Amino acid sequence: MFEWLGISQQALFGQLLVGLINGAFYATLSLGLAVIFGLLNIVNFAHGAQYMMGAFVAWMGLNYLGIDYWWSLILAPLAVGLVGILLELTLLRRLYKLDHLYGLLLTFGLALIIEGGFRQAYGISGERYDIPEALNGAFNLGFMFLPKYRGWVVTASLIVCLLTWLVIERTKLGAYLRAGTENPKLLQAFGVNVPIMVTLTYGLGAALAAFGGVLAAPIFQVNAVMGSNILIVVFAVVVIGGLGSIIGSIVTGIALGLIEGLTKVFYPEGSSVVIFVIMAIVLIVRPAGLFGKEK
Amino acid sequence: MFKFKVVAAALAGAASAWLAPSAIAQSGKMSDGVVKIGVQTDLSGIYSDLAGQGSVLAAKMAAEDFGGKVNGVPIEVIAGDTQNKPDVASNMARRWFDEDKVDMIVDLPGSAAALAAVKVAKEKNRIAMVSSGGTTRLTNEDCTDRTVHWAYDTYALANGTARAVTQQGGDTWFFITPDYAFGHSMEKDAGEAIKAAGGKVLGSVRHPFPGSDFSTFLLQAQSSGAKVIGLANAASDMMTTIKQANEFGISPKQRLASMIVMITDIHAMGLKTAQGLLSTDGFYWDLNDETRAWSKRFFERHKRMPTMIQAGVYSATLHYLKSIKAAGTDEAGAVMAKIKATPVNDFFAKNGKVRADGRMVHDMLLTQVKSPAESKYPWDYYKVLKVIPGDQAYMPVSKSVCPLNKK
Repeated sequence: MFEWLGISQQALFGQLLVGLINGAFYATLSLGLAVIFGLLNIVNFAHGAQYMMGAFVAWMGLNYLGIDYWWSLILAPLAVGLVGILLELTLLRRLYKLDHLYGLLLTFGLALIIEGGFRQAYGISGERYDIPEALNGAFNLGFMFLPKYRGWVVTASLIVCLLTWLVIERTKLGAYLRAGTENPKLLQAFGVNVPIMVTLTYGLGAALAAFGGVLAAPIFQVNAVMGSNILIVVFAVVVIGGLGSIIGSIVTGIALGLIEGLTKVFYPEGSSVVIFVIMAIVLIVRPAGLFGKEK
Repeated sequence: MFKFKVVAAALAGAASAWLAPSAIAQSGKMSDGVVKIGVQTDLSGIYSDLAGQGSVLAAKMAAEDFGGKVNGVPIEVIAGDTQNKPDVASNMARRWFDEDKVDMIVDLPGSAAALAAVKVAKEKNRIAMVSSGGTTRLTNEDCTDRTVHWAYDTYALANGTARAVTQQGGDTWFFITPDYAFGHSMEKDAGEAIKAAGGKVLGSVRHPFPGSDFSTFLLQAQSSGAKVIGLANAASDMMTTIKQANEFGISPKQRLASMIVMITDIHAMGLKTAQGLLSTDGFYWDLNDETRAWSKRFFERHKRMPTMIQAGVYSATLHYLKSIKAAGTDEAGAVMAKIKATPVNDFFAKNGKVRADGRMVHDMLLTQVKSPAESKYPWDYYKVLKVIPGDQAYMPVSKSVCPLNKK
């Protein structure tokens, strides 16, 4: 059926599945960025560093304290979320009145400092993190081997995406958050403590990044620059989806994973560029992104 | 007439022996009253583990082991971070030669940066000893009579691994290659060696550099049915590829052969992931008593075992200092003549020789990474399958396009 494309049907399904896995991963990472931008108006360039910290906290937990992967999935996001809260309270808070650019510069600088520190301590080659025992091995799907761990990454990512979307779009807390971005003064007048809400939101965004980092640790080498390698792609996902749109970043993340996967089959040299080509086209046709609202 | 010559020679000899220590120091034969060695390396980027501070330490150890002085003047080692950028490397070299009295630069990671720096060295009549940069251009179209290429080159690595694996029955290959000059030349060199040994390259895929997820490419390699998957990528790309090959159950069914692996990469990946990997290396710390003795001294100060590049920096620096001593001057031309005339004999190389084109030819090692069960102590990572004699490992003079070979 697909032979005219120069690839067998089985191989194509295999590649689409790999694309879906990567897409789910992009979605989780872009979600945290979208939440922070949507509610705080901060372009969080420290997201990659927070993702890296998540992976490193998991590694440290395992090697220094004997904390296994499953506990790390909870504890690492909590730890990095706390660091995020501290950053928000001490630094970011001072920038809300200023232009977006200041937040971008501050978080970018923080990312460089954090990455430099980890590189100094652990070298550039990084550390390894093994796949947890229970998820070793693979399912034979007939058309490809699906490593159990990859299957878990897709499931976990989709669950987290769905939960985040539900909380923000369908609960009272989410309604407060959305109201806070529209008109913080009015919301405060109703007796809601807006500053605390903002702080917790930044913490949540950082925790989502760290969660992605723990998921990634067994797939990639845990090293200081793992975040900066992926951050730019994730930013493109957020821009295409529409800055600040939760559902936009989920759908776009998955779609771009699939498109990137197909490009890797038919023209691998172009696979790192294709996302940015799409970004350029989307920005020309719909400057606010696919799911964004024009202001 | 004959008698006169003998008398004159005897007189001159006696005079120079009597004058020697002070005359050498004062007559300007040792310029600036110091021999300064500049380690141009990567102190913060992707090569900082395989070269970096370890290379700086290796150069310092060479200076210390030589006694800290040569021909009566002190030896000094300085270091700089090129960030692997050609413009930074050439500006730094220029400043070092013009203002900082540097006599020789060593290490030079990143082929582009190395090519830029050796040009400056030639222009300023100083010596460049490349240990990190791997491109064969350094001893071919871009060769100079002031460049020495020490630890390895892409030809020796690709050729050594590809030929040995093909001869062992791994005669069909699929390449995973990063889409830039280094990867292309690795794939090309290896492909030629495979064909020469009677094997076949079934296909290849070029991934963007740096890459992040390699599962797509690995699935393609898997469906190609090749017995060997050749990895022409390096450092973190290579590590991720190997890790994911394990994950997708591709290795050990299909063998992985990597064109460039450093022992620090194996350390970072862990034996469980890396076991069985075949590659060619210029040096292994646990080869014999001499390599162990030096490497343990290095380990005490660096907390990691040396890569071939770091050991190469030591060996190159020591050979340079010996050549200054033999030449009685630090003038680059005279020192280079001694560098090329003297065989290299230390823990790093046995009967190594520096060819006219600057290539230091020494034996290479075909290695296989041990399994966790086979490894008995820390850093016990390699089985040495074969010693590849230098003249088989490196590109023959007849193939080199360097004009210096024709003289």
